[in-house]
Amino acid sequence: MAAQEVAAQPSDTLATLKTESETLKTKLEEERAKLHDVELHQVAEKIEALGQFVMKTRRTLKGHGNKVLCMDWCKDKRRIVSSSQDGKVIVWDAFTTNKEHAVTMPCTWVMACAYAPSGCAVACGGLDNKCSVYPLSLDKNENLAAKKKSVAMHTNYLSACCFTNSDMQILTSSGDGTCALWDVESGQMLQSFHGHAADVLCLDLAPSETGNTFVSGGCDKKACVWDMRTGQCVQSFETHESDINSVRYYPSGDAFASGSDDATCRLYDLRADREVAIYSKESIIFGASSVDFSLSGRLLFGGYNDYTINVWDVLKGTRVSILFGHENRVSTLRVSPDGTAFCSGSWDHTLRIWA
Amino acid sequence: MSNNSAGGLVSLQKNVKQLRFEAGIRRIKVSQAAADLKTFCLQNAHKDPLLMGVPSSDNPFRPPKSCALF
Repeated sequence: MAAQEVAAQPSDTLATLKTESETLKTKLEEERAKLHDVELHQVAEKIEALGQFVMKTRRTLKGHGNKVLCMDWCKDKRRIVSSSQDGKVIVWDAFTTNKEHAVTMPCTWVMACAYAPSGCAVACGGLDNKCSVYPLSLDKNENLAAKKKSVAMHTNYLSACCFTNSDMQILTSSGDGTCALWDVESGQMLQSFHGHAADVLCLDLAPSETGNTFVSGGCDKKACVWDMRTGQCVQSFETHESDINSVRYYPSGDAFASGSDDATCRLYDLRADREVAIYSKESIIFGASSVDFSLSGRLLFGGYNDYTINVWDVLKGTRVSILFGHENRVSTLRVSPDGTAFCSGSWDHTLRIWA
Repeated sequence: MSNNSAGGLVSLQKNVKQLRFEAGIRRIKVSQAAADLKTFCLQNAHKDPLLMGVPSSDNPFRPPKSCALF
């Protein structure tokens, strides 16, 4: 018998634990089912249907030499940072489409990038297994790479990163199956989050009013909600049938959406502790790579591997629009901080601003 | 789940502990949760530019690029 103390009792054997595990899983499902008294779209039946949407590409950002893998908005609602398979990280002014900064990373496949809340730095990483922070200089001639600070170290690729409410801490997720919270200044790991059984592909921080939690999604088809202070997984959801590529909180913080390789997007309510909507169509057979909500949470934008963006009515569960334009997979999608537009990045090397 | 018996045991114990925790959390009815989601959407709809559509003059991305200085 292993000598450890995690609630160990002499009678704990693999068999009894497995049985208890199965019993608890069934109980969990039963408890959730008891409260499943109605479907979200039924509650939404009486609401007026949404009209026709006219959303077009208003800007195209060209400059990456290879697939765009990730992007993030600056809080100033006009700047964007994007990262690519070719190792380049570019900061753009989305109004003018001008490139303001460019950094060449020492690795290819920069899968994650994020803008610091202050707008003064960006974080990025990928196949280098690290998350590095680059302060943005006002001097265009300055070599940004010189001031680079390595913050996070994982044992596999970095899949996502995000600053917390300040420039001082970064949350990361990795192909090594963990998430972690880091102090930017010292590079020290403040908390680690273990529980996924495979690569973690995405994460999103809860809106600040909701408290210190974040949600992550992984190749184990699970979405987990974590307490940032204790490192504990407080809720988990396993209804997707394939990898979860993207997770995003609903603006109130009471729910989150996910996009998956199973070609569906789903909505999970945290207080009901269950999936409450599935956004899918028989004609949609390619995976959803990235999702985000409009400001009120009524619309869910999903970028898909079939090059399209589907716009869903979150409450009624129906698709309200399909947007064409990208010439390859849509890999990343974020609504701007003031909700006036959203940006999509694609394997076609471009980013598009839609409004 | 690990096949190594010692590692497998610890991992299963953690699993069971986690499941006990998750089974015990407080939940509300879907009807209540759904009503709250609906209320939030409706209350904030008027502030949602992508939902309502804003006049071109108010949306910084809508005016054509001829307004730019470059």
